[in-house]
Amino acid sequence: MSESKNENILDQVTNEEYKYGFYSDIEMDMAPKGLTEETIRFISAKKNEPDWLLEFRLKAFRYWQKMEEPDWALISHPPIDYQDIIYYAAPKKKKELESLDEVDPELLDTFNKLGISLEEQKMLAGVAVDAVIDSVSVKTTFQDTLAKHDIIFCSFSEAVQNHPDLVKKYLASVVPVTDNYFAALNSAVFSDGSFCYIPKGVRCPIELSTYFRINAANTGQFERTLLIADEGGYVSYLEGCTAPMRDENQLHAAVVEIITMDDAEVKYSTVQNWYPGNKEGKGGIYNFVTKRGLCKGKNSKISWTQVETGSAITWKYPSCVLHGDNSVGEFYSVAVTNNYQQADTGSKMIHQGKNTKSTIISKGISAGKSNNSYRGMVRIGRKAENARNFSQCDSLLLGDQCGAHTFPYIKSANETAVVEHEATTSKISEEQLFYCQQRGIDMEKAIGLIVNGYAKEVLNKLPMEFAMEAQKLLAITLEGSVG
Amino acid sequence: MQKSDTIYKLLETSLINEFEQKQVALTGSCHPVVSRSRINGFEFLKDNGLPDRKNEKWKNSPFPGQYEEEYLLDIPPVFYDKAAEEIFRCEIHGFWADTYSMLNGWYYSTKENQLITTGDGVVVGSILKAQHQYPELFEKHFGNIANTEQDGFTAANTALFKDGMFIYVPDGVEVKNAVQLIKLINLQEPLMVNSRNLIILGKSSRLTFLHCDDSVNHTPGFINTLTEVYMDENSSFELYKLQNINDNTSLINNTFIHQERDSRLKVNILSLNGGKIRNELHVNLMGQGADADINGVYLVDKQQHIDNQVYINHAVPNCHSNELFKGVLDEEASGIFNGYIYVARDAQKTNAFQRNNNILMTPKATIDTMPFLEIYADDVKCSHGATVGQLDDEALFYMMQRGIGREDARLLLMFAFLAEVTSKVSIEPLRISYEDMIKRRLRGELSICDKCVLHCSEPDKPIEFDIDLSKI
Repeated sequence: MSESKNENILDQVTNEEYKYGFYSDIEMDMAPKGLTEETIRFISAKKNEPDWLLEFRLKAFRYWQKMEEPDWALISHPPIDYQDIIYYAAPKKKKELESLDEVDPELLDTFNKLGISLEEQKMLAGVAVDAVIDSVSVKTTFQDTLAKHDIIFCSFSEAVQNHPDLVKKYLASVVPVTDNYFAALNSAVFSDGSFCYIPKGVRCPIELSTYFRINAANTGQFERTLLIADEGGYVSYLEGCTAPMRDENQLHAAVVEIITMDDAEVKYSTVQNWYPGNKEGKGGIYNFVTKRGLCKGKNSKISWTQVETGSAITWKYPSCVLHGDNSVGEFYSVAVTNNYQQADTGSKMIHQGKNTKSTIISKGISAGKSNNSYRGMVRIGRKAENARNFSQCDSLLLGDQCGAHTFPYIKSANETAVVEHEATTSKISEEQLFYCQQRGIDMEKAIGLIVNGYAKEVLNKLPMEFAMEAQKLLAITLEGSVG
Repeated sequence: MQKSDTIYKLLETSLINEFEQKQVALTGSCHPVVSRSRINGFEFLKDNGLPDRKNEKWKNSPFPGQYEEEYLLDIPPVFYDKAAEEIFRCEIHGFWADTYSMLNGWYYSTKENQLITTGDGVVVGSILKAQHQYPELFEKHFGNIANTEQDGFTAANTALFKDGMFIYVPDGVEVKNAVQLIKLINLQEPLMVNSRNLIILGKSSRLTFLHCDDSVNHTPGFINTLTEVYMDENSSFELYKLQNINDNTSLINNTFIHQERDSRLKVNILSLNGGKIRNELHVNLMGQGADADINGVYLVDKQQHIDNQVYINHAVPNCHSNELFKGVLDEEASGIFNGYIYVARDAQKTNAFQRNNNILMTPKATIDTMPFLEIYADDVKCSHGATVGQLDDEALFYMMQRGIGREDARLLLMFAFLAEVTSKVSIEPLRISYEDMIKRRLRGELSICDKCVLHCSEPDKPIEFDIDLSKI
């Protein structure tokens, strides 16, 4: 491997632009900076919310004020000034939208640029998209098809207006307001998000998708997603996210809750591509997300698949509470960090029911000066007889300035449970590289091949459209970052 | 975090008072390095107290729950009236060790034998005596290997330690006989012992050290030991820790080891019995080519608790470390394993492995295992694995099918499970003795044997200090 070639490749990577970094000039409606009870009342009023929800927010806010920001993750950042953030920003609505034609053309353009053409999606394989820009959901497609199956898929605000009973019943039932600092903050100020309800025995015929976009400056995004699959229901849900390139750090603190009843299954896939900051580590999104699924019913299943390539800081532990007997939890993750990115991510599997099974496959790839940690917990409760867990977390180091860390926590209180954890850390083997090169595959492609092979186990779990996007993302983020 | 405005727990108060009352005696007779450390340790303890559950490393530990208990902190030195050999008989068949002992926290020997030098220049004795005779060694090493401000226990140990063992092996000397330290507590009142050991190995030297903690009765106790080991270039050190204390005694065992270039460390920890045991082992690989092989076996039952914390710091390239801990948890016992491998930036060509396997025997036994890796260099091979499970049903069935009774088959399987670790004991007689003890422990014989240190069957029987490992 020649030095010049290496530098050349490294140049390419480091110069690789974040291609979603544009900013759209959309008229915005914003709350004043800062966080007080007034801000919360403002948000709630803006969204015309019922009193119980305002109370819920205020309770969360009061609790949050007493909490301290957690410091146990292996990340470092200057203190976040929670009073210097705009907690609500929405594209200005002129009137209620009837059809796509009425959507602000600038907005449509934004989504076209993102490759989420709200119109084209209709003609393609069929993915119902809920597009969330800054604080509000702008458009949900495919409403008719979904209505035929009695599936509710809409923005969170609409759900609050149209299905208050469901929202009231399930909101914060998996992630309580008091769960953690960022969940409490989200509960106080969440603006919008997606809501989905799959009725009994319905298999959702199309994939549901939400696209999150932070557009305005100085704002934070706090979305809330609630997914409920009733008995025998099934849904595959996709989530994507991007943000403009800005020099300041923006905060994203979302909460996702999933509930599955007897025999229901939810597949949740994320391709997280928030702006990671520039190559000096300036700017980027602080991504503090709480995602948790509750397998409430028997034989239910929740599967998380995530490809994490963006964000300056990722703090995210999609978890499963396996409450129902025979329920299954899965977590597949590829987390890539480059430049000065920091990721502390992993999963929690809480086994409560009998014969519950969980699998964790985590693949970390660190390059540049980044730090990538896996932090996961497997807890076997007293009553979780014959529970079974298998965890594998591998780390790949590309370059000698980065770090790869593994922090598994295993707690077992049942003698019939079997828990296995294994992990390895290494760099791309020179032998493999040599072998590829020997056969005429140039180094860059060889690295691509090896990394893709390394991540294959996880990428295979993604729905088709996403898998393609994820593969490309991997290639962009990592191109030639090995010397 | 300053503790000054919060309320101290009873144990914290008594440790602080003890130092404040006896500061002159504690610091006055010491080497300046030692007395400075004592004062620093005291300041740290006063500011931080003992570790509580808010401290991530003590989050699941039962220790913070017992700071309200009362212990004697100071008892006068034990009067020496019998030769150590007459009191302690610890014969491992075919294995000869030079035995030294500590009783109730004091180094137990005749006045003239407090510090002895053998023919080849090896120095063994009380740390109190050694600090004045070998000030240059203390200046260089005392308090420099350990992080005395790691937590309240290391700080309290530094501030208040009564006595301890000192070993110095000069350059090029290979100590033929193993050195065995037997620490006993024999008192009718609860005692807290803070003891401090310092072991220094010169270049290309070799030492085998057995560190045995035993109780002779059922009186509650608290042992807080801190051992510092300095291994110079190309030295070789084998450390065996045998822990067989009563169910009412808590043991905190902090060992800090500094390894220079090409040094070889081998540690075997055998925790057979004890109310609460916490072994913290910190290995700093500071010279290239250093090798650390850390092994442990733990067998706990009743409401016992075992905690093994192993931190390995790969500070330089080309070092190798291996950790293997296996344990069986029976009845209502609980266990913690936390392995931590840290590979510093540029510590390339590091090989580091860790594994922890556990068997839970009953529905009430619990285990937390946390095998951590923190890696900042890319050309490394690191792996860790952890399992929690039970005996293999198929293997059990296979054995029963061939006429081995269920109980025997279970014992055999458990023994085989642990044998992976014990087979690494390189001294044959010691390995046999280890395995024998494990077998007996598994069969439940160790704690009912009348020859045993615990005298479970006859708690009122006078103590004769008859510890004969080959016979129990």
